[in-house]
Amino acid sequence: MSAVIASSGESHHAGPQVQERGQRAVFCGLTSIIWLHRRIQDAFFLVVGSRTCAHLIQSAAGVMIFAEPRFATAILGERDLAGMADCHEELDRVVSELIARRSGINRLFLVGSCPSEVIKLDLETAAAKLQAKHENKVRISSFSGSGIETTFTQGEDQCLKSTVAELPTLEAGKENLIVLGTVSDIVEDQFRRLFDELGITDVHFYPGRKAGDMPPIGPGTRLIAAQPFVGETARALIARGAVLIEAPFPLGAEGSKSWFEAIAEAYSRPDDLVQHVLELPYQRAKRAVSSHRSKLEGKRIHFLPDSQLEIPMARFLSEECGLAINEIGTPFHDQLVMRGELSRLAPEVPIVEGQDLDPALERVRESRPDLTVCGMGIANALESEGLRTKWSIELVFSPVQGFDQAGDLASLFAKPLVRESILEVGSWS
Amino acid sequence: MELTLWTYEGPPHVGAIRVAASMRDVHLMLHSPQGDTYADLLFTMIERDGRRPPVTYTTFQARDLGSSTAEIVIKSLREAAERYKPQVLMVADSCTAELIQDQPGALALGADLPVPVISLEMAAYTRKENWGAAETFYQLVRGLLSRNAPAPGTQRPSRDPAVRPSVNLLGPTKLGFRCRDDVVEVERLLNSMGVDVNVVAPLGASPQDLLSIPNADANVNLCPEVSDLTCSWLARTFGMPTIKTIPMGWGATRDFIAEVAATVGIEVNMDQVGASRLPWYSRSIDSTYLTGKRVFVFADGSHAVAAARVARDEMGFEVVGIGTYSRERARDVRAAAKEYGLEALITDNYLEVEARVQELQPEMVLGTQMERHIAKRLGIPCAVISTPAHVQDYPARYSPQMGFEGANVLFDTWVHPLIMGLEEHLLHMFRDDFEFNDSVGPSHLGSEGEGARAAKTENAQDSETDETIVWAFEAEKELKKIPFFVRGKARRNTEKFAEEQGLSTIEVDTLYDAKAHFSN
Repeated sequence: MSAVIASSGESHHAGPQVQERGQRAVFCGLTSIIWLHRRIQDAFFLVVGSRTCAHLIQSAAGVMIFAEPRFATAILGERDLAGMADCHEELDRVVSELIARRSGINRLFLVGSCPSEVIKLDLETAAAKLQAKHENKVRISSFSGSGIETTFTQGEDQCLKSTVAELPTLEAGKENLIVLGTVSDIVEDQFRRLFDELGITDVHFYPGRKAGDMPPIGPGTRLIAAQPFVGETARALIARGAVLIEAPFPLGAEGSKSWFEAIAEAYSRPDDLVQHVLELPYQRAKRAVSSHRSKLEGKRIHFLPDSQLEIPMARFLSEECGLAINEIGTPFHDQLVMRGELSRLAPEVPIVEGQDLDPALERVRESRPDLTVCGMGIANALESEGLRTKWSIELVFSPVQGFDQAGDLASLFAKPLVRESILEVGSWS
Repeated sequence: MELTLWTYEGPPHVGAIRVAASMRDVHLMLHSPQGDTYADLLFTMIERDGRRPPVTYTTFQARDLGSSTAEIVIKSLREAAERYKPQVLMVADSCTAELIQDQPGALALGADLPVPVISLEMAAYTRKENWGAAETFYQLVRGLLSRNAPAPGTQRPSRDPAVRPSVNLLGPTKLGFRCRDDVVEVERLLNSMGVDVNVVAPLGASPQDLLSIPNADANVNLCPEVSDLTCSWLARTFGMPTIKTIPMGWGATRDFIAEVAATVGIEVNMDQVGASRLPWYSRSIDSTYLTGKRVFVFADGSHAVAAARVARDEMGFEVVGIGTYSRERARDVRAAAKEYGLEALITDNYLEVEARVQELQPEMVLGTQMERHIAKRLGIPCAVISTPAHVQDYPARYSPQMGFEGANVLFDTWVHPLIMGLEEHLLHMFRDDFEFNDSVGPSHLGSEGEGARAAKTENAQDSETDETIVWAFEAEKELKKIPFFVRGKARRNTEKFAEEQGLSTIEVDTLYDAKAHFSN
């Protein structure tokens, strides 16, 4: 087990930075399955855990999707724990049942949970054994989404990292680009059009739409993060030769422009071509954002830790929408992929890594920001105290990256404030 | 190990949180990793609660294992006691904490906290949410009241005739099905028969309130999933009678009134207590089309049993299937099933429920949110009658399920998804009208109508039919003359009939032979 919840490394933020330890109010890594299973359309995620795991995923998903989902839980029972049943045999039975049911599945992830980690159930070995049994039918591997090791979006990092060893080696002398972290299909399509226009070819989105989309990797690979929660996978790819392009995340008009410029620079694309290609979408994005700016300008925003998107979101909102940042709470601050962001953040903005819920909420109550970005469990509680909130899970579930989503992104934050100004229903609570 | 796609109930500690969140001045310290804090959103998002549940989670991490998890427990206990100053602090493990055996209950009792502690054992690997709620409520009541128990065999003093009789309403909780409104409705009902409500618990009660439970004449076991255990302990220990009828539907409400009156020893004039529009609405001729509608009922135990009675006796439906996901209530549901000449379906595997619905082809499903999804997929009208529920099942309007008003609500809610009687005839009459085709659903449901789906489903199912049986052109044409909402059934029955008869082609006559064969 790696203690991935704690970060380390030199700081790239000039301002105040503290680590808090105490009660956390963030989902565990299993939650990543909700968007991963939608992104990788032929993958199935089998959590090996408890009823709590099953209940968490279906509750966090918010709706029960009425088709049969591509995730499930193998719930450990008393017999498994007491050693009366052999967990590996049981898993064998459950997996065979699953594979028989779902013929379209090309990839099966066994996903470790808190209970499976605590009883030291070796899912890696289990996956290898099962692989031998179901060879040529479905690829089987494992990763951990347990809440004692991962928080919320880190589940995706663990999932992707677990597949790095399978990536084929890039032929010597060849070049390619890996865009790391789940983006929605529409964002991928938009990005591909721009890469084409920039003359950047052989671009791989990782994870891809199919489990078999495995980008070759080697010293000719350039790597760019599309999401801030992929640090460990980035390290694993770097270890296989990839070169990381430092950039802010493609959020907002400026973020997207800088992101594409950084890639173009790494490819030494001529500057006039780059400016020509990016100008139209950039101006369109600015127009879209500016229509929301008046609603956001001058407002104070506070981020409670949730998705690791807090730092880039704060950068976008201060840089492009004129908001003042009260505090950035983030569950885990991985500086490797965050360098491109930190240099653009005002130095006086405090960053708090980790969480101690009650004191953190007290700081919100004291400073009464205009908008607090937080998890779903907390949002209504703050609303009933007269504070406006934006629940952050939407930032992970909706397409927000790229030029043509910049306006949508601004509107996600503007909407609660607009709503307050519209409603004439007396007390908010 | 059990393969689970969707689960009807959460783990037992979610039941404990439901009890804590329902009450005032209690706090729960849950020894658990951070992921378990998702439980907060059940309350703040599904029930739109304006406060977080009163729970402190220890949120221990891998690096704490083997060394400092016990310290985190003590720290969390002290901070919770200090910050929230509850009258009672409850302590429990979630599934992961149960494995590391820190025994937070024992730690709490030894920590010299400035607050009484109730320690809970949640049995995460054998039990589920409703059991957890029942166990928590029971431990809380027993923990607070056992020292006040009279000596065994003590005769319960009879009530002073000058004092109005009173009862407790036990069982309603947050995230229960319409508990908020049922409490109001049942209290109104009791008041109108001259009976006071002494304590409602867990919903809205403080530990202080629980202490006065024995002052009432009897306990109403309103939500047996949660209150059964507590009611029987109060019966054994304090000699308090339990009122068992759940006042859901017109008949059960009258039975409830009679049981309360008999238990507290008063006379009531039934008709003066109240009335419902359900009996007249059900007798009104437009309801004729409800007759014999085949319904499938699946819910928690108490709602399944109550709904089946209303369905048959008060709506005139035919109950073709009944079941529950709650093994604890299996006995009640099996007994009820026998009355309808059925075998109860006891399972918490929604795939089995789906298979049963598919096999029975009911015309309506009364179920939970799970069955709503199943029914939607199969194009069958559905009304939600029980947890697991979703945000739309916590409506802004007053919408009880119990008492006379509850009976009105049941009538409306169950009739709404069906195609109205007159509309059924009109659909048939105008079937060939150019503006009017099979993809048009019932007008009151707009484009999302079940009829629209029924048509789609039927087409979708066409491709699945047995390829060895062929429909003759004329027979296919004849089939199209049958109203679309029964056409799927007609097609399946005819094909089944043809298969049984060993026919490879379905002629017009086969269609009518099958119709005669299956008519009853």
